[in-house]
Amino acid sequence: MQRFILRRLAQSVLLLFVLALIVFALARVSGNPADLLLREDATQEDRAHLLRALGLDRPVHEQLYLFISGAVRGDLGESIRYRKPATEVFFERLPNTLRLLPLAMVGALALAIPLGVLAAVYRGTIVDRVSGAIAVLGIATPSFWLGIVLIYIFSIKLGLLPSSRMGGPSHYVLPTITLGLFLVAGMMRLVRSSLLEVMGSEFVKLARLKGLSQTVVIWKHCLRNALIPVTTLFGVYFALLITGAIVTETVFAWPGVGRLTYEAVIFRDYPLLQAVILLKAIIVLGVNLGVDIVYAYLDPRVRYA
Amino acid sequence: MARVEERIDAGFASTTTDASDHPRPRGDLARLPWVSFVIIAVMVLVAVLAPLIAPHSPTEQSLPDKLLPPAWEAGGSTKHLLGTDVLGRDLLSRLFYGARVSLIVAAVALLAGGGIGLIVGIVSGYLGGRTDSFLMRAVDATLTFPTILIALLLAVSLGPGLRTIAIAITVLIWARFARVVRGEVLAVKARDFVALARVHGCSHLRIMAVHIVPNVLNTFMVLLTLHIGFVIIVEASLSFLGAGIPPPTPSWGQMVSDGRSHIASAWWLSVVPGAAIMLVVLAFNLFGDWLRDWLDPRLRQV
Repeated sequence: MQRFILRRLAQSVLLLFVLALIVFALARVSGNPADLLLREDATQEDRAHLLRALGLDRPVHEQLYLFISGAVRGDLGESIRYRKPATEVFFERLPNTLRLLPLAMVGALALAIPLGVLAAVYRGTIVDRVSGAIAVLGIATPSFWLGIVLIYIFSIKLGLLPSSRMGGPSHYVLPTITLGLFLVAGMMRLVRSSLLEVMGSEFVKLARLKGLSQTVVIWKHCLRNALIPVTTLFGVYFALLITGAIVTETVFAWPGVGRLTYEAVIFRDYPLLQAVILLKAIIVLGVNLGVDIVYAYLDPRVRYA
Repeated sequence: MARVEERIDAGFASTTTDASDHPRPRGDLARLPWVSFVIIAVMVLVAVLAPLIAPHSPTEQSLPDKLLPPAWEAGGSTKHLLGTDVLGRDLLSRLFYGARVSLIVAAVALLAGGGIGLIVGIVSGYLGGRTDSFLMRAVDATLTFPTILIALLLAVSLGPGLRTIAIAITVLIWARFARVVRGEVLAVKARDFVALARVHGCSHLRIMAVHIVPNVLNTFMVLLTLHIGFVIIVEASLSFLGAGIPPPTPSWGQMVSDGRSHIASAWWLSVVPGAAIMLVVLAFNLFGDWLRDWLDPRLRQV
C-alpha cells in the first residue's frame, strides 16, 4: 500500500513538474516574458529594472531554477490586474467555487442516476430512447449558451431567479443547473451501461430466484454495484467541473476561480493565469490521488495492477 | 487499464449504446441519418459559399441600423433577416462566415491532433515494451489533466489566432486518438500477415506504414468524425472566453459572448449562434455514431 501511494505521489509530482516546465517555456517562446508582465504604460527603464528584478537577464537554466524554487515556496509572481501576489488572489476566490462544485456534483448525480437506471431497466423501449436523446442533446449543448438561455428565460422573461453574482440560495439555482448538466450526459450513460452489466450477473439471477421484487433487485442489489465505476470516476468528474466552472462562473459573474481564469485571459494577466493553472492542477491532481488511494484501499486488486 | 478505458467512455462523444439495439445498418437507407446529412451539407455549403450568399459584409458596421430585431419580430425587416448586432452588423452574414471559422478550425485541429494521435498510437502499439509504457503514461497524464487550461495559457502567451487554437485543440485531443488506435494496433499486430511481412524482410517502419496503417484507417475515420462536434464546441468555448479567433472575424462562440450583454433587449444575438452550434454538433455526433456502427461496430461501447 505504501509503495502504491509513493508511486502515485511521484507520478503526480512529475506531472506537475512537466506542467511547470510548459508554463515556463510558453512565457518565453513568444518573446521576453517581461513584456507579458509589464503594464502598457511601462518605460524602457521599468523594463530593464524588471528584467533584473526577475533575473531575466541571467542564463535560462538559472531562470528555471529561480522559477521552480519560487513556485515551491508559493511565489508565482504578482498579478498585473490586482497588483498583489497571484496565489493570494486565487485563494481569496477559491471558497466561492468550492460552494458551487458540490451542489453541481450532487445535482448531476440526482438526475443522472434515476435516468440511467430507467434507461437500463426499460432498455430498448421509448424510455431508453428518450433518455438517450437527452444525453445526445446534453452533449451537443454548449454550457455557456445554456447558461445564457436560462438567464433569459428565468431571470429576464419570468423574473423568478437572479441572473448573476453571489447571494442567497436563489443565486445558486441557475449556476448549479448549468454546471451540473455538463456532467449529466456522460454520467447517465455510464450508469446505464454498468447497470446493464450488473443485471446480467449470477447474483442478480439468484436474487430474482429468491423471489425478490424488481424494485428491490434493481435499486438495492444492482445499483450498489453499478455505481462503483461512477465513484471511481469522481476524480475525472471533479476535473471536468473545475473546467466547466470557467465558463459557468463567467456567464453568471460568479466570483470564483473559474471567473478568475477568464479575467486572467481577458486582461492578458500572465502571472495570474500561470498561478491559476498551476494551483488548479495541484488541486485536480490531489483529488485524483486521493480518490486513487481510497480506491486502492477498498479494492486490493488496484494496488497490484 | 479498465479505469482509463472508462474515463474515455465517460467523455466520449458517442450516443448510441448497445450492439443488440442497433443491428448493422448497412444498405438500409431508412436508417441513414438523413437529418444529420442535411444539416452538415447546409453548413458546409454556407461556409463555402459565404461570400456569394451572405446578404451583407460580416464586418461592415452601420451604427444607425444597430440592434435591429429579426424579420419576424416587431420592427424587423427583410433587409436583415436575423437582425443586427450592437455595431449594426448583419447577424445572418456573420453566422455564414462563422461557419467557415468553425469548419476550418475543426479541419486543421483534427488533422494535426488526429495525425499525432495516429502516429503515437501506431508506434506505441507496434513497438510495445518501454516505448509503449512511456507513451501510454503520457496519454494517461493528458487524459486526467484539464487540458483546456493549457489551451488558455497558449492563447495568452502566443496571442490568439488560428495557429494558437489549432495547437491548443491538438494538445486536447491527441491522447484520445492515440489510446484507441493503440488498442486497434495491438489486435492487428497479432495477425499472421504482420509476421509474414517480417519474415519477408520488411523493416518495422515499412510494416507500420504499409501494413498497419490501412488496417486502422477505419477506426481512425470514425474517431475523426466522432470528434468534429467536440472540437467545434471547444473552439466555441475558447472563443467565448476570449481565447479563440480574434475579432472582427466572426466566430459562433464569440458571437454568443458578444450578445450576452444585450440578452435582455436583443435575445437573438446570443441565442441564434448558440442554437447553430448545438444543431451542428448534434448533426456531426449522430453522423459519427452512424459511421461507427457502419464501419466499425467493435468501437461501440456496451
